Amino acid sequence: MKTIVTLRLALFGAAFAAGLASTPAFADSAKVAVAANFTEPVKEIAAAFKAKTGHELVLSFGASGQFYTQITQDAPFEVFLSADSARPKKLADEGFGVKDTVFTYAVGKLVLWSKSPGVVKGEETLKQATIAKVSICNPTAAPYGAAAVETMQALKLYDELKPKLVEGANITQAYQFVQTGNAEIGFVALSQVINDKDGSRWMVPQNLYKPITQDAVLLKKGENSAAAKAFLDFLKGPESRAIIEKFGYEVTTPKAS
Amino acid sequence: MTNLPPDIWQPVWLTIELAAITTVILLIVGTPIAWWLARSKVWWKEGVAAVVALPLVLPPTVLGFYLLVLMGPDGPGGALASLWGGRTLAFTFGGLVFGSVIYSMPFVVQPIRNAFDAIGDRPLEVAATLRASPLKAFWTVAVPLARPGFLAGAVLGFAHTVGEFGIVLMIGGNIPGSTKVLSVAIYDYVETSQWREANILAGGMAAFAFVVILTMMMLEKRTARIRG
Repeated sequence: MKTIVTLRLALFGAAFAAGLASTPAFADSAKVAVAANFTEPVKEIAAAFKAKTGHELVLSFGASGQFYTQITQDAPFEVFLSADSARPKKLADEGFGVKDTVFTYAVGKLVLWSKSPGVVKGEETLKQATIAKVSICNPTAAPYGAAAVETMQALKLYDELKPKLVEGANITQAYQFVQTGNAEIGFVALSQVINDKDGSRWMVPQNLYKPITQDAVLLKKGENSAAAKAFLDFLKGPESRAIIEKFGYEVTTPKAS
Repeated sequence: MTNLPPDIWQPVWLTIELAAITTVILLIVGTPIAWWLARSKVWWKEGVAAVVALPLVLPPTVLGFYLLVLMGPDGPGGALASLWGGRTLAFTFGGLVFGSVIYSMPFVVQPIRNAFDAIGDRPLEVAATLRASPLKAFWTVAVPLARPGFLAGAVLGFAHTVGEFGIVLMIGGNIPGSTKVLSVAIYDYVETSQWREANILAGGMAAFAFVVILTMMMLEKRTARIRG
């Protein structure tokens, strides 16, 4: 008994020490919180950004709602790439973000996806009795989840599908549920499956859900960071936009909102 | 208590149900394992002990990942699920029970094994000379003597199942009434900035953990007194 408690205390102590030791000490680096759906493109953008400016980006991935909460609790992020437009605006209004730095960096697209060929054919796939589980991400915390719910409601299938829905904490997990075969189909971001050749997919028509405008904001902690500001400029530039489009997002003309 | 979501208590009951079922299964499965670990003389037994103890050290995400793969349609869990027409064990209450049993196993087996170890050979030899069958000696000598170990195992197993988070998050699918347990509900409330709800549940968890540790300390003190 005692050994277990001691062991766990020791492990906790070690974990705590490791956490302290890992605080990075780069002068020209920026900490960026990134909505999970934008994981792949932002990695490529970060590499291009580093090649061009020498600035390093420290990327964290998660659900937008989770990041919002963390930022209001003094998380050390300097830039926030959200999966929606509401949260960056809210952060700017509440003083956690820098005013007039909010802009749309990408417009996300929703797909219904299966890892097997021939499974997803269109909206009728959602009505098939053979489908036992449909994965989505948490609709209150992640915009892609909200868009998935809107789509099912627009198709008048939501009540029918509700018992079949399984929720991932974020879009990566929703994708994982389908990838491991635990759910036959799932609503994921087009960017996640754009390079998937073996599966099947249905591009959800844009009129079934509100556009997923993904906004970025410079946070108060990054107000004086050259790297953070340079990154946001770079994100608006042609090099980034080409990468963003390649991953299946639409790009709007950048404008401060 | 106005304005609380009507379903705030559902995860609490679900969690208690999960922890209770897991604890009962672990007492049934864990006792023979603990007995074997305490009594057996084979050289590879510490290897088995190490496997049982793995969840102490493994991150829940490792277990969650393997469980997600094992339970899926391509794994043994999927084959099992097909017996009643399912495809996967993930996203089901049964799947959570299975994951919890693995996760909480060391917390039950270890205290019981220690208690069996502490008895030593002598009382069982005495029982044998009095012509008690091994089974009878087990039930009438070993189990009563190891009672504090069983108690500690049950309390710890229950408490750890209640507190489990990573695994249920990874294999649960957050389904209310079926896989949305307390820790996931708290995570959800925090993620959506519902502080009050998060506070109520998290505060309750903290109080519960305090009571568990206090109980364990008192149990240990009593055991020490019995052993003199």
